[in-house]
Amino acid sequence: MGPPGAVPAEGGQDCADLSVLVRCAAGYCDGQASAMIRYVLGRFLSLVLSLVVASIVIFAVIEVIPGDPASFMLGVNARADTLAALRAEMGLDQPLPVRYFAWVTGLLTGDFGNSWTYKTPVAELVSDRIWVSLPLAIYALILSTLIAFPAGIYAASRRGSAGDVTIMGATQLGVAIPNFWFAMILVLIFAINLRWFSAGGFPGWDNPMQALKALTLPAIALALPQAAILARVMRSSLLDMLGEDFIRTVRAKGLSRRQALWRHAVRNALIPVLTIIGLQFSFLLAGGIIIEQVFFLPGLGRLIFQSISARDLIVVESVVMLLVFTVIVVNFLVDLAYAAVDPRLRRKA
Amino acid sequence: MKAIKPLLTAGALALTAGLASAQTDITVAIQLEPPNLDPTGGAAQAIDSVLYSNVFEGLTRFEGDGSVVPGLAESWEISDDGTVYTFKLHDGVNFHDGTTMDAEDVKFSLDRARADDSTNAQKGLFAGITDVTVIDPLTVQVTLDGPNGMFLFNMAWGDAVIVAPESIEDIASNPVGTGAFTFADWVQGDRLELARNENYWGDAPALENATFRFISDPTAAFAAVMAEDVDVFVGFPAPENLPQFEADPRFQVLVGNTEGETILSTNNKMPPFDNKLVRQAVAHAIDRQAIIDGAMFGLGTPIGTHFAPHNPDYVDLLANSPYDPAKAKELLAEAGFADGFTTTLKLPPPSYARRGGEIIASQLREVGIQAEISNLEWAQWIEEVFKGKDFGLSIVSHTEPMDIGIYANPDYYFQYDNPDFQALMEELNATTDPAGRSDLLAKAQTIISEDYVNGYLFELAVATVAKAGVQGLWVNQPTAAVDLTVVSWAE
Amino acid sequence: MSRGLIIGAALSVVFVVLAALSFIWTPFDIETLNIPNKLKPPSGAHWLGTDHFGRDILSMIMMGARTSIAVALLAVGIGMAVGVPLGLLAAARHGSLLDELIMRGNDLVFAFPSLVIAILITAVFGASAVNAIIAIGIFNVPVFARLTRGAALPLWERDFILAARVCGKSAARISVEHILPNITNLMIVQGTIQFSLGILAEAALSYIGLGAQPPTASWGRMLADAQTLVSIAPHTALVPGFAILLMVLGLNLLGDGLRDWLDPRIRVARV
Repeated sequence: MGPPGAVPAEGGQDCADLSVLVRCAAGYCDGQASAMIRYVLGRFLSLVLSLVVASIVIFAVIEVIPGDPASFMLGVNARADTLAALRAEMGLDQPLPVRYFAWVTGLLTGDFGNSWTYKTPVAELVSDRIWVSLPLAIYALILSTLIAFPAGIYAASRRGSAGDVTIMGATQLGVAIPNFWFAMILVLIFAINLRWFSAGGFPGWDNPMQALKALTLPAIALALPQAAILARVMRSSLLDMLGEDFIRTVRAKGLSRRQALWRHAVRNALIPVLTIIGLQFSFLLAGGIIIEQVFFLPGLGRLIFQSISARDLIVVESVVMLLVFTVIVVNFLVDLAYAAVDPRLRRKA
Repeated sequence: MKAIKPLLTAGALALTAGLASAQTDITVAIQLEPPNLDPTGGAAQAIDSVLYSNVFEGLTRFEGDGSVVPGLAESWEISDDGTVYTFKLHDGVNFHDGTTMDAEDVKFSLDRARADDSTNAQKGLFAGITDVTVIDPLTVQVTLDGPNGMFLFNMAWGDAVIVAPESIEDIASNPVGTGAFTFADWVQGDRLELARNENYWGDAPALENATFRFISDPTAAFAAVMAEDVDVFVGFPAPENLPQFEADPRFQVLVGNTEGETILSTNNKMPPFDNKLVRQAVAHAIDRQAIIDGAMFGLGTPIGTHFAPHNPDYVDLLANSPYDPAKAKELLAEAGFADGFTTTLKLPPPSYARRGGEIIASQLREVGIQAEISNLEWAQWIEEVFKGKDFGLSIVSHTEPMDIGIYANPDYYFQYDNPDFQALMEELNATTDPAGRSDLLAKAQTIISEDYVNGYLFELAVATVAKAGVQGLWVNQPTAAVDLTVVSWAE
Repeated sequence: MSRGLIIGAALSVVFVVLAALSFIWTPFDIETLNIPNKLKPPSGAHWLGTDHFGRDILSMIMMGARTSIAVALLAVGIGMAVGVPLGLLAAARHGSLLDELIMRGNDLVFAFPSLVIAILITAVFGASAVNAIIAIGIFNVPVFARLTRGAALPLWERDFILAARVCGKSAARISVEHILPNITNLMIVQGTIQFSLGILAEAALSYIGLGAQPPTASWGRMLADAQTLVSIAPHTALVPGFAILLMVLGLNLLGDGLRDWLDPRIRVARV
C-alpha cells in the first residue's frame, strides 16, 4: 500500500516526443506533456472499459426482464406455432452470447437493428425522437440559465438583503417541488383554463414557432427545479470568489464591489456553474421521461418507457446504451477540458 | 326593395361560405398507438382502431350496431351442408397502389393467414378452412372442415382483411388496402394521417383528411379535449371527466357498449378456488355497483355471466350472485375457511383493473379474504397469469366478441374443466339454426354462472367525446374500430 | 441556529410525527372504502377531504408519510452502508488500482439515467416498495462513496493520522477510528439532502406506478390517482403535492441549517 496522497510525479522519463524534448531542453521539462498524454490515454482506456461494462450490464438486465416479447405482440389468442415463428423472425431463438455480440457489433457499425414493434430501424426511431428530446433539453437549459444567472448574481451582489432572502427562499421551493406535479398544475392553468398553450403533443418542426410553443410548458416544468439549483450554485460560487485574494486586490485598486463582481468574479465563478450545467444537460436529456409522459411528447424518454412495456427490448437496449454513451463521453470531455485548464487536477488524478 | 337585395346577397354569400367551410378534416384521438400497421400480424387492437374499414376491408364487415354486412364480397352462397362458401366479389375494386383486388388476393390473404409460418394473432379464425379456390377473378370458394355458424362473422374481423401480395412486404409501415382512406403519414409516438381515397369503389367519405393521435395518459386526454386539440376521442380513458364534457355545450358524449366482459378471473385449479363454495363466496362478497361507481364512475352494465347484455341471447343471471357478505362468510365457513385465507390479485394496466382491484381487495377483506395486489404490465400479465397460470385472482376484460367458447378449453388460463360444458360447445358449433343456437347459448351461460367459474363484474362501456358538430361516429364498439367512412361535420 | 434550521426541523418533525402516529391512530380507516362518500371537499369531519374511493385524505397523507420516510430512509441507509466503506477504502488506497476501480465504478453508475434504471429494475423484479428502495439506494452509493473519499483524502495528510500510522495502526483501523468520526457531520448533512431527494424519487416512482403497491398509501400514487380529478376535486391533487413539497422543503432547510450550524465549510453535492 503506497502512502496516501504521495503519488510521486515522475517527470521527464517518457520524453520521447520531439516537442517535449525541445521543451525539456529549454528547461521546461516537468513531465507535463507526457503526463498529459498518459492522463488522456488513461482516461480514454477507462472510457472504453466503462462502455464495455455498461453494454454488458444493460444487455444482461434487459434480457432478464420477464415477459416474452412475442407473446406480447401476438396477444392472448396466439397459437404456439405462431409464437415460435415470430420468435425465430426476431432472432429470439438464438443463445444469449450470440445475441449480445450481434447487438454490440451492430452498435459499432452504426446498425442499431430493427424495432420489433414498429418494424422500423431503431436508428430512425431514435433520430426522430431526438429532435424532440434534444431541443427540449436545450430549451429547458436556456430557460434555467436565463432565470438562474440573474437571480444568482443579484442574490450574491446583495447578500443578506431582502432580495437575496426572497430569491433563496424561492430556490428552496424550486428544489422541493416535484416536477411532474408542477407540470400538472401548469397544464391545468395554462392549457385547460387559459388555453394559451396546447396541453401536449408535438406538431413537428415544419412550423418552428408551433414546435417551440408546444415545448414551452414542458421546458418550464423541467427548467424550474434546475434553475433553482443553478441559482444557488451561482450565488455560492460568486460569494466564494468575492472572498478570494484577487478580488480583494482589484477592490483595493479602487473597483467597487459590483464592478469587481461583474468584471472578475462572474467569469471565474462560471467554472463550477458550467459543470452543473453539463450534469444537468444529461439529466434533462434522459430525465424528461415523466414530463414527456405528462405532455405526451414523442421524445426519447417516452420511447424507452413505451418500449419497456411493449418488451421491444432491442429499442430499450440501444436507447439506454446511447444515453449512457452520451453521459460517459460528456464526462470524458469535461475531464479533458478541466485538465487543459487546470494542471493541478490531472496531477491529483 | 333596394335595401333587401344586399341583404339577400349577403345571406347567399353567408350560405356559400357556410357550405365551403364545412370542415373536411378531423383529428381523432385514441389511447394506444398501433405498434405497426399490419392488422394481419399482431394482436394490438390499436391497429384495427386506425385501419379497420378505413384502410383495410374484409369479405364481410361489422356495422356500428354489431351486425355483419357484405364488405368486399357483395354476396355469397352457402352449400346445403354448410361447408362450402362461394363469395361473389365486388367488381372494380382497386388497392391504393392501383392494382386490382380480385379472387387471387382473397386466396392469398386467407392462405397466408392460415399458413404454418403465419403470425396472425387470431389464427383460430381460419382454423376450419381446408381449401380456398379461385373460380374466376370475381368468385372465390372457401371450403371448411365442417359447418361453422360463425364463419361470416369471423371473416369480418380486422385480422381477416384482404391484402395484396404486391404490397405485403412493407405492410407494417406502409399499409395498402382497398378502403375509403389511404395511409398518408405516421410520425411515430405522435400521430398518423389518412387521406381520402379518391378512387374508392363505394360511397366517397365526407372527410378529406383524418389525423389519429395517441394519448394514453388520462390527464393528457382530458386536457387535449378541453383545449380542443382533438376533435374526437374514442375510448376516453377517464370516465370521471365525462360529466364535465356533458355540461359543456362545445362537446357531445357518446356512451356505448363493447364486447368486453370484465371478470374477476379465478384460477379454478388453484386451491382454495378449486372449491366451488369458495368461488361462490367470492361472488357474494363482490358489490358490483360499488365497483362500477368507484372504478368506472358509473359507466358499465352489471353482468351475471360471461355474455354481452346487449346480445339478444343474453340471459340475466345476476340473481345467482347478489352482494351478500354475510352469506359469503357462511359459505367460506362451510368450505372450511372460517378464518379466511390469503391469495394473489394480479392486475394488468387498465384503470378498470387497477381501480377495480383496489375495491375488490377491500370487499374481499370484509369477508376475511386477504388478496395481495400486484400490478403488472401486459407483457408480465401474459407471462405470469395467462401463460404461467400463476395467480389466484385477476381482473381482465375479455373484449373478443362471442367468446363464451373459452370456457370449453380446460387449458385456458382460468382452467375451467367441465366436460358437460365442452360437449355443449361442440353441439353449438355444429348447430346453425338460430333458435337452437339461442337455446344452447342460454344453457351455456347458466352453467358457468352457476359454477361461479369467475366473478362476473360488468360489461365494459366505451365513451366517445366529440366536438358538438361531429356526426356519424360509432357509439358502440362491436370490434375495435374508428370507422370514419360515414363521419362528417354538421354544416 | 438559523431560522431556516428551525423551520426545516419543525416541518420534518411534523411529518415524522404524523407518520409515527399513523401506526397507532389515523382519523379514519383507509382500508375500508366508502365509495358513496367520494371526492368530498375538506370539511369538519374530513379536514383534507376524501379521495375517489371515499377515503379520508388526511389519513392517507399520514400513511403515505410513513411510506415515503421508510423508503427514503432505507435508500439513504443503503447508500451510506455501501458508499461510505467504499469511499474510505478508496481514500486509504489512494492511487491504487482499487481506488481507480471504485471511482470508475462510481462514474459508471452516475452515467446511467437513474429513472430509466429504476424502471428497468421494477420491470425485472416487479413494482414494490422494496424495489423502489433498491433502485433509489443504488444511486445513493456513488454519492456517498465520492463524498467520503473526497473528505477522507485531505485527512490522510494530517498530522494526527501520520501519528497513528507511526503507532502501527492499520489503514482499516485508522479509517474507522480517526477518519470516520471526522466526516460524520458531513455525512449527516449529505444524508439529509439525499433523504429529501429520496422522498422526491419515491414520489416520482410511485407516480408512474413503480413504488409501493395498494393498499399501502403513497403520495406519488395519490397524485397519479388524482390527476384526472384535478379539475373536479382539486384538493385530491393539491394536498399530496403540497405534502411532498413541504416535506422536501423541510428536509432541505434542515440540511442547509445543519451544515451552517455544524460546520460552515462543508460542501454538499446536490445533483
